[in-house]
Amino acid sequence: MSLFNYFRSSQQRSSATVAKERLQIIVAHERRQRNNNSTLDYLPLLQQELLAVVRKYVLVEDDQIKINLEKEGNYDILEVNIALPDEPESRQPK
Amino acid sequence: MATVIVVTSGKGGVGKTTTSAAFATGLALRGYQTVVIDFDVGLRNLDLVMGCERRVVYDLINVINGEGNLNQALIKDKRIDSLFVLPASQTRNKDALTLEGVTTVINTLKERFDYIICDSPAGIEHGAIMAMYFADEALVVTNPEVSSVRDSDRILGILSSKTHHAINGLPPIKEHLLITRYLPKRVSAGDMLSAEDVQEILAIPLLGVIPESSSVLQASNAGIPVTLDGRSDAGQAYLDAVARLLGEEKRQRFGKKRGFLTRLFGN
Repeated sequence: MSLFNYFRSSQQRSSATVAKERLQIIVAHERRQRNNNSTLDYLPLLQQELLAVVRKYVLVEDDQIKINLEKEGNYDILEVNIALPDEPESRQPK
Repeated sequence: MATVIVVTSGKGGVGKTTTSAAFATGLALRGYQTVVIDFDVGLRNLDLVMGCERRVVYDLINVINGEGNLNQALIKDKRIDSLFVLPASQTRNKDALTLEGVTTVINTLKERFDYIICDSPAGIEHGAIMAMYFADEALVVTNPEVSSVRDSDRILGILSSKTHHAINGLPPIKEHLLITRYLPKRVSAGDMLSAEDVQEILAIPLLGVIPESSSVLQASNAGIPVTLDGRSDAGQAYLDAVARLLGEEKRQRFGKKRGFLTRLFGN
């Protein structure tokens, strides 16, 4: 019986395994949110100011900038993503 | 120097009060002057589990409001000389638990006791924050079940940000994981998280694993802390955990994942 179960369990994941995987994902996600909350306050302002600097040179819309703070090991990674407009002529600010 | 230990979990019904009673009794059995405080204002139950419910006259809120003094409110255990219970109020609102009041009570108790055990209410509201505020160490009581593990992780976040130690930049609180209501058979069958799994997810040191046991209900029925029942497997597991808290080496009786051979041949 247990021999049979052993081979069967290798094909079908046990509910405890499913629970562990689900918990690892949600707990990691919630810890990230928790750690970010204290440092995240300045991000909206940073986003506005970065956008103002970029606009000196290129015309970009408000929603074309994305800022993200991620934790990787001991490092915080600040990711800034700015999408430039397609047409070259619209790039120059007046 | 007194050590303040909070028994906390976030989720309700995981065994905080049972654990508070068992640990306080275990520490008192070792000869330490121990007091266990019920912080669950409005839903007091530690008195029942400790078997002193008919001896409550003054409570924690009475002391905070100056309606009675601490010595009047402390209930001396009839079985162990060095053990005392400070009950919660059953009638008041939890807002009566002020930080100033709790500060005075804890500081006064520190002069007289070796261990101060704070039995936290469930949740993450004011009462739970007050229970953990002065803690030097935390017992995080967790059941091997998804909602309890998640809530324990939440509590760990609060312990590292909202306590006296965290706010004043003192060294972090010593956290201990205590897994309760553990069913080794269901773990073997693969339908309960193992103690190793829970420890890996929460990433704090494992202090002990308490098996689900009929003796826990029998003990609370009778108002006897389970650590006073010499025949109880749960009581023995609690005494082992108390020994580990005091720095002694004790082998874990439960919690191992089954190995290849037991999986192959059964147990």
